[in-house]
Amino acid sequence: MSHTHHLELSGVGISFPTDKGLFCALQNVNLKIKKGEFVSLIGHSGCGKSTVMNIVAGLYQASTGGVILDGKEVNEPGPERAVVFQNHSLLPWLSCYQNVELAVQQVFAGKKSKREMREWIEHNLELVHMSHALDKRPDEISGGMKQRVGIARALAMQPKVLLMDEPFGALDALTRAHLQDSLMEIHATLGNTVIMITHDVDEAVLLSDRIVMMSNGPAASIGQVLDVPLSRPRDRLALAEDPAYNKCRQQVLQFLYQRQQRPAA
Amino acid sequence: MSNLSVAQRISQTQVVTPMLKKLAPQLILPIVGILVFLLCWHVLAGKVDTSLGKFPGPVQVYEQFNGLVKAHIKEGEKAEAFYARQEKRNAAKLAKDPDATVKIRPYTGKPTFFSQIITSLYTVMTGFAIASLVAIPLGIACGLSTHIYNATNPLIQVFKPVSPLAWLPLVTMLVSALYVSDDPLLSKSFLTSAITVALCCLWPTLVNTIVGVAGLPQDLKNVSRVLRLSPLTHVRRIVIPASIPMIFTGLRLSLATGWMVLIAAEMLAQNPGLGKFIWDEFQNGSSQSLSRIMVAVIVIGLIGFALDRLMLLIQRQVSWDKSAVLR
Repeated sequence: MSHTHHLELSGVGISFPTDKGLFCALQNVNLKIKKGEFVSLIGHSGCGKSTVMNIVAGLYQASTGGVILDGKEVNEPGPERAVVFQNHSLLPWLSCYQNVELAVQQVFAGKKSKREMREWIEHNLELVHMSHALDKRPDEISGGMKQRVGIARALAMQPKVLLMDEPFGALDALTRAHLQDSLMEIHATLGNTVIMITHDVDEAVLLSDRIVMMSNGPAASIGQVLDVPLSRPRDRLALAEDPAYNKCRQQVLQFLYQRQQRPAA
Repeated sequence: MSNLSVAQRISQTQVVTPMLKKLAPQLILPIVGILVFLLCWHVLAGKVDTSLGKFPGPVQVYEQFNGLVKAHIKEGEKAEAFYARQEKRNAAKLAKDPDATVKIRPYTGKPTFFSQIITSLYTVMTGFAIASLVAIPLGIACGLSTHIYNATNPLIQVFKPVSPLAWLPLVTMLVSALYVSDDPLLSKSFLTSAITVALCCLWPTLVNTIVGVAGLPQDLKNVSRVLRLSPLTHVRRIVIPASIPMIFTGLRLSLATGWMVLIAAEMLAQNPGLGKFIWDEFQNGSSQSLSRIMVAVIVIGLIGFALDRLMLLIQRQVSWDKSAVLR
């Protein structure tokens, strides 16, 4: 590939019209992401993390600048940039299997036979350890399981970039740890490029290759980018004692609580 | 009882008592309510004198109900006898001359109370079907597009509160003008009533469908956009299932409205049905009329209730949202 960078955000900014004129939510966001990289976006709530992700997803149009994925400008949503939504967003009237099936039928229409589709759906649900609940409907499974199915649906689209908007934000700590482990396992196997929004410092350090820390809005931008020089596979217990891990953690905390005081919330 | 061990007896009382406690409000209280109502009705009705005699109490109404059942059975026997005679006559005719053309005439006796019920049900279902076929697609279109919504909303708001009685003369004239046929498949009075019902029971389904579709969560819209679903697939796989609970709420309200409107429409349009039955009895003015009208009132209520339960059953079958409160 001629492009060294797989996904590139250059000069991205967005303004929303309000009663008092244009409100500039985001300004001059520049970021280059390599293939297979795991990048976290972290910042206080309201700093525009989700806005950045929505622009990459194509759900919002940037007012200035733009996003380029593999040499093509992004200007509409598409399955090559699959999104895992914060509150799973599974269709409540479909079973787990059918939720993934909807995505697979849409993306692989004419490319996979019926049998291949079925195998692919089952394979993806197996990746997230949900093979036992194929025929369960979302309201019959726990929050963590719903999020697993949401991830399976996104993975089944075979995306170039996996976008995750606070995927584990609504889960309890134990379930979250399980899902983080699953996500690391999947990332190691598939090597997807992942952009994940989080406001959990430990989660960011544990999962990411790089942590993008955002300054507070209005006109939010990238404040600092931190490389996480930890080798993979990572083990949460071993890392607790690791000085490199703790240094990263401290740097993120410092950014969030000293340089970017939380706005009065 | 002596054969039962102590443990069995305890478990029996433990099972039976809570069951009684549970049944009491659900079974006994409604019966108490109905009995009190019947008693008040009986006492009060006896005190009112009308030009058609005393206002009927529950006993007279029950007698008239039995009378109507008997009349229906008798009419059925008459019809059977008529067809038997006709068949015999035709057979005799054919035996004499195998090439003879035989005529089979339908029995044209007076419609009974029960055949009027069938007609009414048929009319209301036709009107309801027409209304639903218009309201659901239109509601989906309005819910999806704010432009269509803005264009149609003033019209919806203006036509929604119009009484069926206002529509009826217009519909009657329109049907007479437009439905011209030498051998009409459907009678004009039937069409007039059905269309009037449709015009009045359109609105609850329409408004609820709009609300349901417009309330589609942004997250589900985003899922649809990320998957790049075509507009048709979006409607079929996301919009309709998501708004099914609201659509059904509308349909149930519509059917109830339609049933109420129908009686008024039949009275005025002289379409066979329960409304006409009531009107005819009122015009008839015999000493039994009021009791018969009261029978009709109760039957109308019971059928309305049954129709609503039927819709509820269908909703339970169709809707994915089993947790929704279904009343």
